[in-house]
Order: sequence, then C-alpha cells, then structure tokens
Amino acid sequence: MNLFKQFILPRFAQWLIVIFVGVTITFFIPRLSPVNPVTEALARVQMYQTLNPEAVQMLRETLLDLYGLDGSILEQYINFWKRVLKGDLGPSLASFPMSVNQLIGVSIGWTIGLLGTSILIAWTLGMTLGSLAGYYPNRWWSEGLEKSLITVYPVPYYILAFVLLMAFTFYLPIFPLIGGARGTAAFTWEYISSVLHHGFLPALSIVIGATAHRFIMAKALTTTEKSSDYVQYARMAALPERKVLFLYVTRNTLLPQVTDLSLSLGALFGGAIIAEFVFGYPGIGTTMYTAINNGDYNAIMGITLLSIVGIATASLLIDLIYPLIDPRVRYR
Amino acid sequence: MLRATIRDLFRFSLSFRFGSVILMIVGVLLLLSFFSPFESDDRRVVPRNKPPSAEFILGTTGNGQDGFWLLTFAIRNTLMVSGVAVLIGRSIAVMLGMITGYLGGKTDRVISSIVDSIIVIPRLPLLILIAAIMQGEMTVLSLALLLGILDWAHPSKRYRAMILSLREREFTHTAIFSGMNAIKVVVQEHLPFLIPLLLADAVAGFLWAIGMEVTLSVLGLSDLSTPSIGTLIFWGNYNHALLRRRVWILAAPIAASVLMVVGFYLVSLSFSEYLDPRTRLSRLTVEE
Repeated sequence: MNLFKQFILPRFAQWLIVIFVGVTITFFIPRLSPVNPVTEALARVQMYQTLNPEAVQMLRETLLDLYGLDGSILEQYINFWKRVLKGDLGPSLASFPMSVNQLIGVSIGWTIGLLGTSILIAWTLGMTLGSLAGYYPNRWWSEGLEKSLITVYPVPYYILAFVLLMAFTFYLPIFPLIGGARGTAAFTWEYISSVLHHGFLPALSIVIGATAHRFIMAKALTTTEKSSDYVQYARMAALPERKVLFLYVTRNTLLPQVTDLSLSLGALFGGAIIAEFVFGYPGIGTTMYTAINNGDYNAIMGITLLSIVGIATASLLIDLIYPLIDPRVRYR
Repeated sequence: MLRATIRDLFRFSLSFRFGSVILMIVGVLLLLSFFSPFESDDRRVVPRNKPPSAEFILGTTGNGQDGFWLLTFAIRNTLMVSGVAVLIGRSIAVMLGMITGYLGGKTDRVISSIVDSIIVIPRLPLLILIAAIMQGEMTVLSLALLLGILDWAHPSKRYRAMILSLREREFTHTAIFSGMNAIKVVVQEHLPFLIPLLLADAVAGFLWAIGMEVTLSVLGLSDLSTPSIGTLIFWGNYNHALLRRRVWILAAPIAASVLMVVGFYLVSLSFSEYLDPRTRLSRLTVEE
C-alpha cells in the first residue's frame, strides 16, 4: 500500500497532468488561430463548383457539428474531452469517410517497428561505445570516435537524413527511394527481406543521430564514475578490466541514461516524422505530412495528441520499472 | 577578465579554436549579406541554373539568383530567427528558474510539476500543428516567437537548480539581512552567477532553433518567400535539384547549416569544459 501511495501515485498523477496539458493544448491551439477550418473547407468545396446558399448553410452546420465547433468554447472543450476519452479522434477532413483512428491504425505499425528497433540499437550501441571511450579516453579509436560523433551530433536530423538519402539512393543506388516493403504482407523471406531493405536507411539515420547523443552522455558519465573509489579497489584487486567496466562502472551510469531514454523518446518521435518524410516511409510521419498538405487539422491534432499520450505513457512505464534496473532507487 | 578567459580558451581548448574559426566564417558570411549587390527577393538578375564557376562561386538558382549572395541572406535570416527564439526562450527560462528557485516551497512544487509535464510533451508535432494552422501567415518573426515560446522548459530546470544552491549561500543571507528585497537579491546577486551557464545554454538553444527552422521549412511550413537555410533546401527539393543534377543548389545550404551548428556546438563544448571545475583543476596542473 505504501508502495502504491508513495511511488506509483505521484508518477501516475504526473502522467495525468501531462495528458491534461497535452489535450488542452491541442484543443486550444487550433482555436486561437485566425484561420477557421469550416470556412476553409467550404472554400475548398466551392473552388470547383458553385452551390446554392441553402446548401452552403447546411454544409456549414454539418461541418461545425463534425469539427465539434458548435456551442460555447467550454461546451466544445467538454465535448472534445468526451470524444478523446472514448478514443475517438474524429473524422479525417481530407480523406473523409475514413476516421483519424483508421488513418493512424494503418500507419502506426510501421512507425513503431522502425522507431523501436532503431532506438534499441542506438541505445545499446551508444552506451557500449561511450562507456568504452570514457574508460579508455586516450586510445586512438576512442579519440577518433569522439571527434567524428561530436561533428555528427549537432547536425539537424533532417540534414543528416537527406545527405544519407542523396548518397545511398541517388549517387550509389543500393537502397530504395521510397516505401516500406515490396509485395503484400506475408511471412515469407522475400517480404521480410524487403521490409529490412526498405527500413535500413531510415533506421540508419535515426541510429546515427541517437547513438551520437548517447555516446556523448555515456562517455561523460563514465569519465566521472571512473574516478570513484570502488573502481580503484576493483583495479587493485586485479579484476579484469572488462568486468570492472561493464559490470560496475556502466551499471552505475545506467540510471540517468534510462531517464534520458524516456525524455528522448519525445525527440525521437520528432525524428520519426522527418525520417518518414525524407525516406517516404509509410508510417505515421508520412500520414502527418499528408495531413499538413491537405489542411487536415483533425488528423494533425489526432497525431499530435497520440504522440503526447504515447510519450507520456512510455516515460511513466520507464519510471515505474526503474527500481528493477537500479536497486539504489527503492520503491519509496 | 573576459579577454583572459578567451585567451585561456584559445590556448587550452582545441574545440574552441575550431569552433570560433568556423563561427567567424559564418559571421563574415552574415555580414556580407549587407553588401550584397542584389536584394534577397531579386529574381532573374543572373543567368539561371549555372553550376559553380569563377563568376558565381556557388552557382545560380532556377530563379536566376546568385547562390552565394542568396546563401548570405539565408544565413542571416536563419540566425536571426534562432537568435530571437533563444532570447525569448532564455528570458522565460531565467524568469521561471528564478521564481521557482528563490521562492521554493509550494510555488516551486506547483510550477515545477507543470514544467516537468511540459518537458515530456514532444515539441515537433506541436510546432507542426501550430505552423500548419498558421500556414500562409507565418513570418520570420512569428516563427522566431513560436520557437522561443516552446524552448524554455529544459533550461528553466537548470537555472532553478542553480538558484536553489545560490539561495543557501552566505551572501544571500547577508543581502536579505541588509534589507534587499527578493527581486533585487535575485537580479543583482544571483543573475551574475547564471551568466556562464546561460551562455553555454544559449548555444544549445541556437542548435535546436536552427534545426527546427530547417525542419519546418523543408516541410513547407515556414515563410517560404524569405530565404533561409531551410527554405533554400525546400525550393531546391521543390524544383528537383537532385534529379536535374543541380546539386550546388542543395549543397550550399546543407554545408552552411552543418558549418553553423558544428561551430556553435564546438564553442559550447569548450564553454562547458571551461566551466567544469574538474577540468579547471587539470588545467592548473598543466600550467605547472
């Protein structure tokens, strides 16, 4: 009971606040804008054909109802919450009969697959390389690695992805330009290999950026940790260096790295939007980009909301499994 | 004091040497934009789509603009956007950090938990949402404002931590007992301590803002008629520069953005190294 009250409850409350702030922001931002989506949609309809005034009036009312724009702002806000809690993100404005839920449903699998794999690879790679470089700071490989990753780290993700795209699909066309896979989904080697083939470049771009970040952090933490007394003792006791590094030093640096993983999920989600846009990957980022181009506010709002909820939940989960990773954090 | 610091940095920090030279180049390019023979929106003033040559060192665009001068404008605009964004973001962050750090107690707990929630919220989808809604009405200034408003949560936490520790220091008590009010204590006594941190932090802000400017522009969500690093890339892609083998149109802004961010990052690296007491210690032993 104590565990629940003092450890789980505050974190859960934080999670609720995040969701509340997120939903409120996504609700109010479109309403603060000078652009009225209903007028916009009406203008789009009337661009190619003239309608009689009654039809326009009816269309306007239907649209107002559809967008949840009728009633006072408070009523709209409450209705919005009701809809969100039911898990209904509303109709897509651009591809109308489809709902935003369906739109997201088709594409989310791709994004999770791509992101999940690349985050995992980047985290492991960055941790390992960073720990090694921090532990042996004066070797040629650690200095070379650090210099190259420091140059890569600040480069905007888009630039990195775009340069990779230029290099490996245009000048050296070994990877496909767009798409997620070839053929229909089936559990055959042909299909799976095409998924890997298509996903490699976007994954590589995410891995490079994320690894650089993880490497820099891991190296700094390891450098600090290395000067601890217990490392001196372990060395004096002639423990194998590899054991000292990976079983003691790295394990002690794990805590901030895990926290950061949850925070950087947010940044990585952003990376996924750009990655999918650049590589034409059929995930949620491409859906977002299409929605931007079509002025599909409902879809943009839905995806924004989903990413906020998703990241908040991911960081809640990571927070809760903390003590399993680091026994110093007791369930207090 | 400042001169000694810069001299030290130059002497001991390789990254500062590289970084400052790179930033100097970027700065010269920025200044050159004021001496450009063309206006930034002049079109068809030079032959179109010429590859780099002695006359046009960075080639010319499909609109008949000189690649080099266009790039100087782009650098100026991008840096202006990020500069304003950094200024706004850091001001909010400093204010919040001071209030929460100095007042502490309940105010601190409430504001801090709100800040913690806001940190988790991914900023890019939010930016895209806002920019998509404002589409067509986005100006350079509103983009800067928007970026500034979204970039204060992380730094404010750092400043809060700093102020929290400063509040417990002897001189704070002296100041309070000698009748200084809270605002004066924070502004006159604590702010100077924040400045080095602020400096290193501002650079991080630049990196983020430049990245976001590029990102939003290539998605077509910023003011596309103003040249900036991002819009140059957008128009390059829009006109299929790659497929038409006009790589110079894309290479120039890409190289410029890499140069800019790497320069900033190296300088910030040397700052944080310089501020770290442990490396200061090792620097002292080097001098012996």
